[in-house]
Amino acid sequence: MKTKIQVSDLKVHYGNIQALNGISFDVYENEILGIIGPAQSGKTTLLKVINRTLEFAQGTTVEGSVQLDGVDIYSIRDVHGLRRRIGMVLPLPVGLPLSIYDNVAFAPRTAGMRKKAELDEIVERCLQQAALWDEVKDRLDSLGTKLSGGQQQRLTIARALSHQPEILCLDEFSIAVDPITTMRIEDVLKTLKDEMTILLVTNLVQQAKRLANRTAFMLNGDLIEIDDTDVIFSDNPASQSTFDYITGNFG
Amino acid sequence: MNNQKNKTGKKAPFLETLIESFIRLCGISSIIFVFGIFFFVFKEGAGFLFGGLDIWEFLTSEEWYPTSLNNKRYGTFALILGTFSVTALAMLIAVPFGLGAAIFVSEFCSPKLRETFKIVIELLAAIPSVVWGFIGLTVMNQLIIAVFNAPIGLTMLNGGIMLALMSVPIIVSIAEDALKAVPDSYREAAEALGATRWQVIYRVLLPAAKNGLLAAVLLGAARSIGETMAVLMATGHSVNIPSGPLSWIRTLTATIAAELGEVAQGDEHYQVLFIIGILLFTITFVVNLIADLVIKGIRQS
Ligand SMILES: Nc1ncnc2c1ncn2[C@@H]1O[C@H](COP(=O)(O)OP(=O)(O)OP(=O)(O)O)[C@@H](O)[C@H]1O
Ligand SMILES: [Mg+2]
Repeated sequence: MKTKIQVSDLKVHYGNIQALNGISFDVYENEILGIIGPAQSGKTTLLKVINRTLEFAQGTTVEGSVQLDGVDIYSIRDVHGLRRRIGMVLPLPVGLPLSIYDNVAFAPRTAGMRKKAELDEIVERCLQQAALWDEVKDRLDSLGTKLSGGQQQRLTIARALSHQPEILCLDEFSIAVDPITTMRIEDVLKTLKDEMTILLVTNLVQQAKRLANRTAFMLNGDLIEIDDTDVIFSDNPASQSTFDYITGNFG
Repeated sequence: MNNQKNKTGKKAPFLETLIESFIRLCGISSIIFVFGIFFFVFKEGAGFLFGGLDIWEFLTSEEWYPTSLNNKRYGTFALILGTFSVTALAMLIAVPFGLGAAIFVSEFCSPKLRETFKIVIELLAAIPSVVWGFIGLTVMNQLIIAVFNAPIGLTMLNGGIMLALMSVPIIVSIAEDALKAVPDSYREAAEALGATRWQVIYRVLLPAAKNGLLAAVLLGAARSIGETMAVLMATGHSVNIPSGPLSWIRTLTATIAAELGEVAQGDEHYQVLFIIGILLFTITFVVNLIADLVIKGIRQS
């Protein structure tokens, strides 16, 4: 299996608060890696390091290394290009105050694409993939922020796919989505796995069980364990706290 | 004991009613003052406005000879043009500077620098307009003479620069508020899509804040239109159809300020000055109203 991302001894501080205490793991190409763990464990922070949106926040420091295809991401000059190699879906959907069409066409346009036909094609494909096309195809010109919460979340997924990322990061995407739509998106993720590597941060441990090839359990900035999902969800994972968290006997 | 309780129990509501009626009085009186001022201005001008003044000529004739002995003429066209041209010039200078500074302060500054910047801008806003007029009369006058080789530096350009300096603080602070009101999540989302700083600004922030930015510009313009001292001192104060930035002009406000002290109360000239007041009132009212509607538009979306 080819290693897509290699994280080694990653430490992150927000001022005096340490959010990641030196974690190391690999992510393989075309797998879905589930990341679970209670609040404050550093899951979101980890994703923000990978797409390098963390570094502009005041007072944050990042130590250790993250390699993407063997290249340290902090040595990459074109940080905007790097970000377009990674699709990011945040927990609360952020429809940009633009039309539905412009939301999805945003990233291709920032990358310099201008041809209407190509953009049309991308917008339709991504909205299809995010299971939103049928609901919005007649009103692509209306504001993205006017959609319902669940629709906006699918819009952000479509947007994250619009620049054909190699890696898709989803941070608790189902918070604002109803169960049926969640299932539809999960089906989409299963097929997307053939094209890209997926990091799925989730509060729903069952979601990790359903989707992930491997699962990582994080706690208070530490990576407690990472293993095949079958092992993590078995009766005897390596760590007792993993077992307690998954079975709901935590804390 | 029971009595005691009742007494204090009654006292508090009484105090509250007192405070409440005092606050209400303040609120009502400010409304009364505004209407009072308008009523007074209107009353002073009404006699001539409805009896004798040719309103068409008042608005379109450029002949302003209020003190002529045998043929008094009250045409304010040149003054209206003066007001609008110097305001337009001021906005031409102030809008790019003001919006640019607002973008810089809200998007590129470190928090520390931002605080310093805000203090400087507030200081700038607190400078009395007569000081600006004085600067126009001395420094800017010399500068314009030197740079443009003009005979006199007291011109529309001079006044426009002074007005620009006076409205920039307003534009910056309102525009900065508008940009700050755009949620950070928009910036984050756009950055995650690979947008550069500038792309975030012109593709996301400016469209999202456009109503607030428009309001900032309009309020800056309203400030310019209503300004008196600085333009009186810096623009040459001569009735003249402006032909370019270096022509001397006279504005509506400056005319009132300069002539009101020298007219006999109640005569035609006196009344015409008040009619100019009504005109100014109407213009600034309309501009402010538009700004208000625009701001209301922001709150709703
Ligand atoms: N912008 C920030 N400034 C300061 N501290 C932060 C910031 N963001 C996160 N932290 C801190 O970093 C730690 C990890 O936060 P993070 O958001 O990564 O956790 P999480 O696992 O995503 O939690 P949740 O499940 O609640 O989303 C927490 O202690 C949090 O308080
Ligand atoms: Mg989180």
